[in-house]
Amino acid sequence: MAQSAKTDEGCWNKLNLQFVQHPSSDLASRGHLLLQGEKEERHAPTPSMTAYLLKRLAIAFATLVLASMVVFAVLEVLPGDPARLMLGMNASADQVELLRNQMGLNAPLVLRYLHWAGGLLSLDFGRSYTYSVPVIDLVRERLAVSLPLALIALALSTIIAIPVGLYSASRRGRAGDTISMGVAQLGVAVPNFWFALMLIYIFAVWLRLVPAGGFPGWAAGAWPALKSLLLPAVALALPQAAILARVTRSALIEVLNEDYIRTARAKGLPYRAVLWRHALRNAMIPVLTILGLQFAFLLAGTIIIENVFYLPGLGRLVFQAITQRDLIVVESVVMLLVAAVIAVNLVVDLSYAVVDPRLRTRQ
Amino acid sequence: MRLWKTILAAAVLALAAGSQAFAARTDLVIGIPLEPPHLDPTAGAAAAIKEVLYANVFEGLTRIGPNGEVLPDLAESWTISDDGKIYTFKLHTGVKFHDGADFGADDVKFSLDRARADNSVNAQKGLFAAIDKVEIIDPATVKVTLKNPQGSFLYNMGWGDAVMVSPKSADTNKEKPVGTGPFKFQNWAKGSSITLVKADHYWGAPVFLDKVEFRVVPDAAAYVPALLSGDIQAFPFFDPDSLAQVKDDPRFKVVIGSTEGETILAINNKKPPFNKLQVRQAISYALDRKAIIDGASAGLGLPIGSHMSPANKNYVDLTGLYPHNIDKAKELLKEAGLENGFKATLKLPPPSYARLGGEIIASELRDVGINLEIIPVEWAQWLDQVFTKKDYDLTIVSHTEPNDIDIYSRKDYYFNYDNPTFDKIIADLNLTSDEAKRKELLGEAQKILADDAVVGFLYELPKIGVWDAKLQGLWENAPIQANDLTKVKWSE
Repeated sequence: MAQSAKTDEGCWNKLNLQFVQHPSSDLASRGHLLLQGEKEERHAPTPSMTAYLLKRLAIAFATLVLASMVVFAVLEVLPGDPARLMLGMNASADQVELLRNQMGLNAPLVLRYLHWAGGLLSLDFGRSYTYSVPVIDLVRERLAVSLPLALIALALSTIIAIPVGLYSASRRGRAGDTISMGVAQLGVAVPNFWFALMLIYIFAVWLRLVPAGGFPGWAAGAWPALKSLLLPAVALALPQAAILARVTRSALIEVLNEDYIRTARAKGLPYRAVLWRHALRNAMIPVLTILGLQFAFLLAGTIIIENVFYLPGLGRLVFQAITQRDLIVVESVVMLLVAAVIAVNLVVDLSYAVVDPRLRTRQ
Repeated sequence: MRLWKTILAAAVLALAAGSQAFAARTDLVIGIPLEPPHLDPTAGAAAAIKEVLYANVFEGLTRIGPNGEVLPDLAESWTISDDGKIYTFKLHTGVKFHDGADFGADDVKFSLDRARADNSVNAQKGLFAAIDKVEIIDPATVKVTLKNPQGSFLYNMGWGDAVMVSPKSADTNKEKPVGTGPFKFQNWAKGSSITLVKADHYWGAPVFLDKVEFRVVPDAAAYVPALLSGDIQAFPFFDPDSLAQVKDDPRFKVVIGSTEGETILAINNKKPPFNKLQVRQAISYALDRKAIIDGASAGLGLPIGSHMSPANKNYVDLTGLYPHNIDKAKELLKEAGLENGFKATLKLPPPSYARLGGEIIASELRDVGINLEIIPVEWAQWLDQVFTKKDYDLTIVSHTEPNDIDIYSRKDYYFNYDNPTFDKIIADLNLTSDEAKRKELLGEAQKILADDAVVGFLYELPKIGVWDAKLQGLWENAPIQANDLTKVKWSE
């Protein structure tokens, strides 16, 4: 018994560590493992596993190709001409035509698609029409803001949500549960730009602890840069935490009704230990699924918060590119995001397969 | 012991405060709503490019002053031949570009020839259309020969699109602008800010600021907290709706000035029933400019009766021609055979003057029987559908270029307006440099546009500036797209 408890504890530590680093699927697989009530053991890749892997990779690639076609086609039918946008209302039609030629916009659609898609394969994302710099440079600059911001927000949201969810689930139906879930409901309902403005007025205007907005760049030092990301991260994290807390609570409550929880209690484990050691880890799968979705959202869907804090993030790059019809930027960034989502899904799928051999052969 | 500590601390504080009071601030952070797509004023129409670089980093032969007047800049003087066709510019000597290259007559020739070349993508190529040839007389003298006399030539040379660039850096100005101005470009953190610093060895009057940062703040909701927290000290183009929050705050100055932005209800003059004069006049009678200014612009901005800014010296007040009169409007529609009214579309680009003004105008026109379907469009769509393809009935837009009444004489312009008498006046105007004669012609031109009710003339876009009360020297008006910082300083 002592032995098993120790292993469990080691496992929990490892879990915790991974959790902070990345909500990867390995974690999900462990949760899954325990849910199945199986013994923890690692499967070495077998021939069938390799085949499964290849199949999944092929599907992922096909999805990417299909997505690239859809993205390209949809954006190309948008009305609007980047050349006219750049030259404004006083330029003649001839001049606009000249610039279109210089930008390579007059080539046939299929040719442009092949050129762009071919470039993507060799990781060449093309050049921005308006900025006339490589798209990859723009993306890299913006990721320097968006990635840390997303990670901080995600960490904050997890740190808040998991304990709240745990607390609520363990006090289901009692006052503490009602209050914390009421607050969570409020967190979901409050528009985050309003919440952001309140944060700005309190912490930037009144207390003057942090800047009201802007991003000084990492070159200005880690602390000034981090400081400017704090308020936006809190503004982003709170609504996410509210959702996550509710998911954690309901997942936990479901798990707590399982037979093996009763068994664990029956064999004499204290309620706390059951909650942390058995219930929480098994409730992790839906929580992690939500976390994964939230991460994708935080990376590029934060345009409103980026605007309120005038942060140069990925969301604003895409938004600006759309209004300026800098289509190559939009197309390439969207493809990058598609690739990121597919990659995360692939890893999750594969880890499920590692855990559950039945998935490898199922059609 | 404790007393000593207190005294010491007080002394240190007093010293610190004292030394601070002696040295006025020399840095400034300015908030701008839109980021420039690149930093070459000779290769793009975006106002944001000039609003960062004009007069600060780049200079032209002439320049436009705070009230729209033409002033000498890199050309210290000039002579004009009697036939008005030859301009001989005498240049300042000892002028250097920020990369160390000397500025001289060859750069003038290069810049002007580049702007008017066949493959030029200068957004205001029309400014150079009259130039026949540019010749170097000596390193400090340039002779520009025009195809025909052009009354506005010196003014044209003061535009941001006509600034002087060096052959060495012209191709890289988009990323790393190199000019002759009092500030040089230091850094562009894309999406975030552009930093300029005082240039060494500037040829002209020294500037007061050492460092200026233009910070991009796209959301008007962020303006007030940015000012209150002190992060940003000036918004030359503030949002009218947020004005109430800072208006009575003694820490800030609110400056309402004029722009060259004629805000109009543009009409497709060829599309029935708008091809009928009575219909266009009926629309003009139906418009209540005061209500539109109150609703779309927080009550700020002057009504206009034709295509000219009230701040312009050639302005003629024609706002009384079509007073708000619903009965008169209905009568005119009846004359046009449309007593039962008709339906039309109103396409609105994103700026709030258009979106807010559009709703008010739609309700005003409904009162006379014209039912408008409001179609919001993006800028890109607007330029494509309305401006280029002329696929529209009515739209609202502000024409922000200075002295642009000639757009009504352009062939294929989106108004679809064609009046030979008006075209003749503009053609004459182009050949006239005598000020009195120009004023007369411009007056006639304004009158014709008003009589023809070519478009619904609404109001002049105001320039709403808000900045720290201790800041001096920022432009009150916007006669041209610019944030000229050459005279800006902190008081005390």
